[in-house]
Amino acid sequence: MGLGATGTFRESYAQDMAIFNSRLKCGIVVAFILYLFACPLFFSDRILTIMTMMGIAVISVHGLNILTGYCGQISIGHAGFMAVGGYTSAVLCAKLGFPFWVALPCGALAAGIAGLIFGLPSLKIKGFYLIMATIAAHFIIIWTVIQLRSITGGADGLSIPKPAIGSIVLSSKTNYFYLVMVVTCLATLLAKNIVRTRAGRAFIAIRDNDLAAEVMGVSLWSYKLQAFFIGCVYAGVAGSLLIHYFSFASTDQFPFMDSVWYLGMLIVGGMGSTTGAIFGAVALKLLDELVTMAGPILSAAVAPQAAASLAIISHGLIIIIFLIFEPRGLAHRWEMIKTYFSLWPFSHQE
Amino acid sequence: MTFFLQLVITGLAQGMVYALIAIGFVIILKCSEVFNIAQGHFVLIGGYLGYTFLVPLGLPIWAALGMAIATAIIMGLLIERLILRPLLGEPVLAVIMATIALATVLGGLATLLWGAEYKAYHGLLPTITLKVGEISIPSESLIGLIVSVICVAILMLLFRYTKIGLAMRATAEDEQVVQSFGIRATTVYAVSWVIACVVGVIGGILLGGVSGANMDLANIGLKAFAVVLLGGVNSVGGAIVAGIILGMLENVAAGYLDPLLPGGGLAQVFPFIIMIIVLIFRPYGLFGLARIERI
Repeated sequence: MGLGATGTFRESYAQDMAIFNSRLKCGIVVAFILYLFACPLFFSDRILTIMTMMGIAVISVHGLNILTGYCGQISIGHAGFMAVGGYTSAVLCAKLGFPFWVALPCGALAAGIAGLIFGLPSLKIKGFYLIMATIAAHFIIIWTVIQLRSITGGADGLSIPKPAIGSIVLSSKTNYFYLVMVVTCLATLLAKNIVRTRAGRAFIAIRDNDLAAEVMGVSLWSYKLQAFFIGCVYAGVAGSLLIHYFSFASTDQFPFMDSVWYLGMLIVGGMGSTTGAIFGAVALKLLDELVTMAGPILSAAVAPQAAASLAIISHGLIIIIFLIFEPRGLAHRWEMIKTYFSLWPFSHQE
Repeated sequence: MTFFLQLVITGLAQGMVYALIAIGFVIILKCSEVFNIAQGHFVLIGGYLGYTFLVPLGLPIWAALGMAIATAIIMGLLIERLILRPLLGEPVLAVIMATIALATVLGGLATLLWGAEYKAYHGLLPTITLKVGEISIPSESLIGLIVSVICVAILMLLFRYTKIGLAMRATAEDEQVVQSFGIRATTVYAVSWVIACVVGVIGGILLGGVSGANMDLANIGLKAFAVVLLGGVNSVGGAIVAGIILGMLENVAAGYLDPLLPGGGLAQVFPFIIMIIVLIFRPYGLFGLARIERI
């Protein structure tokens, strides 16, 4: 929760749980959102694309954060659930002629239902067993998508018309950027609020000790499945946005390694923190870009395959380094920096 | 019937290699309660090491095997010391995530060193096809079967009759008691990682000898998890039985059902379906111990 700035006092639970406990914080967030929406004015399409991808990753990691960071149900099938959402909305748009804004929530719902189905084992198992179940979920989902060739286009993929809301066709990068940023902001707000509700507290109780939570009257059956549903709805939204961005659906957009990277983003950012999810997604996507930029140089200097392997190795190493040296992630570091400044010059409180 | 028997025999040989890989996983799990997701990537590295020592360096098969095992030992020691030891006592997720990250680093290294390409060396193992009645047994499968059986036997003997084997079994039971007897738990961990690396690499060479080394070898490691879950995570014997069962089931199911499905490829996803079924109905596997949890 962190400490308030010097001179602010919290007198009630409501104040303690408030998202913005000072006007300064509120101002900073508003300013940041304004800045985000002003980005298309002074950034090139390339940077907007990167930011759009970051936004999509943030949405996905929010879902994983609720499922894994708050509820403690580790999932390495997140890209698979994204595929469910993405393909559902793609098929609805391409084959049945649904408008984009109807297909998006339908995709999210479908992903949520897939999450409920594959979340069923979580009622009996946890830890490593659940990881294996979610890995299996990923492969089964992708295999099913490829098998249903007549509906999904199988391994060849599926072209989708450009998304449109009402009469506005989101064909340019700027338009789509605005869409993704709006959804990302809403998703962040929702994620922040979900974890402050009764359900959010139940998730945390289950994560910290599921047996104790059950003894205290938290229904594991209900809340674990709720966590799976919410987490996978987020994944579904992210998957839909990803597929509509390219106007093309293919199983290659949801590789197994992505499921791992989303968990990596969560670790780098800090588990069980909404801010952490944002930090992690942005940090790893930035790393991706760095590697992409360094790629051609390396390929020329070392070996042609150096660029591809560097991306994989650097991601893996970053995760290992964070696990060993900063297991609570960037969010924790950020919290410490903030506390330092807000307590300054009376930092004796520790 | 011949078709069925053929599938069963192929499955048996493949299943024994799965079992060998799965044993590496079970050993680490038993000794240090670490779920090693990177086991499949040890197999991958093994496959490519086999290629390097056999083809570009042109070593005879026994020397190549020896060199590969030596590399595996060094790899196991480094991994344990650099990654796993700093994470002792961390929560399950952190350790699992570290092994996942390790898997990706190993995958990346394989891409860097061998270019993620298909490297064939199956011509180097002697190829004779045994005919038993109507069923033909390729010698590669046979060699795989024999080497796997030998490795499993050596491991069994190691666990039963050596001091370090005893220490490892004891650590699996209770780490604190072992330490109070003056046995270094860290040594036991290191040895368990070395053994896991070695069996992974041997499995990789065997599989590479059959189908050539490529990045898909890592996915075979994922199949080994299905074996582990089916057999029960903390049972070496269970891993062997489940490996054979799964290898046979996979081949029989693919042989009979693939023609019925348009896309095919059932062999790829079959272990995962088994995995989900096992996890839902019998999470602790055929021979695993059901854990009793207390607050």
